[in-house]
Amino acid sequence: MLRFILMRLGKAVIILIAILILNFFLIHAAPGDPAAVMAGEAGAADEKFIADLRERFGLDKPLLTQLGIYLGGVLQFDLGYSYRQQMPVADLILDRLPATLLLTMTAFAISLSLGTLAGVLASARVGKWSDTLISTTALLFYATPLFWAALMAVLLFSVVLNWLPGFGYETVGANYTGFRRVLDIGQHLILPATTLGLFFMAVYMRMTRASMLEVSQLDFVKTARAKGLRPSVIQRRHIFRNAMLPVVTLAGLQAGQLVGGAVLTETVFAWPGIGRLMFEALAQRDYNVLLGVFFVSAAMVLLFNLITDILYRFVDPRIRVG
Amino acid sequence: MADFWKRFSRNRGAVIGAAILLIVVIVALLAPILFPQSPWRMVQRPFLPPLTMDQYPLGTDAVGRDVLTGLAHGAQVSLLVGLISTVAALLIGIPIGALAGYFGGWLDDALMRFTEFFQTVPNFALAIVLVAIFEPSIFSIVAAIAIVSWPPVARLVRGEVLSLRSREYVEAAILAGQKNGTIIVRQVLPNTLSPIIVLASLMVATAILLESSLSFLGLGDPNLMSWGYMIGAARTVIRQAWWLSFFPGVAILLTVLALNLIGEGLNDALNPRLARKGR
Repeated sequence: MLRFILMRLGKAVIILIAILILNFFLIHAAPGDPAAVMAGEAGAADEKFIADLRERFGLDKPLLTQLGIYLGGVLQFDLGYSYRQQMPVADLILDRLPATLLLTMTAFAISLSLGTLAGVLASARVGKWSDTLISTTALLFYATPLFWAALMAVLLFSVVLNWLPGFGYETVGANYTGFRRVLDIGQHLILPATTLGLFFMAVYMRMTRASMLEVSQLDFVKTARAKGLRPSVIQRRHIFRNAMLPVVTLAGLQAGQLVGGAVLTETVFAWPGIGRLMFEALAQRDYNVLLGVFFVSAAMVLLFNLITDILYRFVDPRIRVG
Repeated sequence: MADFWKRFSRNRGAVIGAAILLIVVIVALLAPILFPQSPWRMVQRPFLPPLTMDQYPLGTDAVGRDVLTGLAHGAQVSLLVGLISTVAALLIGIPIGALAGYFGGWLDDALMRFTEFFQTVPNFALAIVLVAIFEPSIFSIVAAIAIVSWPPVARLVRGEVLSLRSREYVEAAILAGQKNGTIIVRQVLPNTLSPIIVLASLMVATAILLESSLSFLGLGDPNLMSWGYMIGAARTVIRQAWWLSFFPGVAILLTVLALNLIGEGLNDALNPRLARKGR
């Protein structure tokens, strides 16, 4: 087990280094002077600052030396400095990371639970109207642009019905504490988390349904039926448990991709996470922040994958990964 | 071919999808004739609600541009970007998959690690970074979408080629002295066509979603009116003018839905043995 974890960890580190190298070359491939690119849009930084950057990153030295300096910096958690925000990029991201984690985790939980639930319901009623309804809804969610779903949710639930807040992380100026504050954040969380989870909800629903139907054709299920077990027991103990395996694998692989979608959701809902940070960096052409957020979101994807892989080996001893 | 249409049309969703897509294609093709004015031109007072003037049934936006004209011209951009970036992704993915599957060994290992890397990296975040750094243009958008969407193609083609490679007719071609390149292009790849077509139709849908998401964030080509841009521009005025974001969103939703439905229909028609699986 330890060996397996170490190997996986090694692989993740290699991928992270590859991403850093990619980032490094992106800065150099960008049109214009790398120092100006790192400083933000040309003209935003003063001469002295650019000269400092040149000096620090050895921009007049050979490319490989520069790469070494860059990688060495990241190893010390130095993701560069945001000239625009007057703060180190790592601090900016760490500041915003908890909000994004809360949002993506909630979206993940919502999409996985509702998606599989709907998939199980649909599979139990194949061909009936409720199956058609669930399957059609999944098709629609699957085709809905995330940012548009978010805007429409704001319009309907916040502007028209006035049920839920459609803006921010908590009520500004209310200064709630303790449980009242948790409740307040929870209310603000519902709309962004649900819209972020819509697409994957559709994915899990379709997959659960297909997987349930496939497993229900297998021999051991027939045996269980022949033994005279109650259908609900077969459904729960025999079919569901096995049908969930591919869904869980997929969920683990995709959980990290929610971070990408968070850019859109956080933009619409003014959610103070790293996605919103990326959007702000876009408008300001703050490349250091952009690349930093990209790096951190890739690290999150790898972390999610690693956790699922390990959990998987605990849950299902039949599986020998990698 | 007759068989193909019979199987395709048996899937009701696919027929509906094809009908929707046909309408979108016609609108896109006829946009310059039906709406000859530039979609950027101000034609009426700003924030004209829909159905108030016959001439502008979907109303006008924050600076008085006609929403319907924007939608029609946006259809061109969406379809074009979806199509070209999918072709570009196929041009990256097919050779990589074919080489990996056909030659195997270290080349396979190396190419698959490379593919895995691109599959692990968060797609949308990478696309954002690429377009932002190389400045938004139709070229950088197409390139970014292609770069983040080729891995599934490579994996699919690799798998197919791997299984075809040991077929007798391929061995016969080797014995007959055909060159590897010829065998791959003439003997192996044509047999991987059906699954590629199915995947490609779904990729066009994803590409359209990606393009609209990028444009929504302000990373669209500044010279082209696109659905994502229209929604992005309307984001801050959603409370005053719902129609500005509503209609372009419906357009994206319908187009993507149509392509997904067509993809499923193509799957039924081209892979009849697999089609009934899991239903």
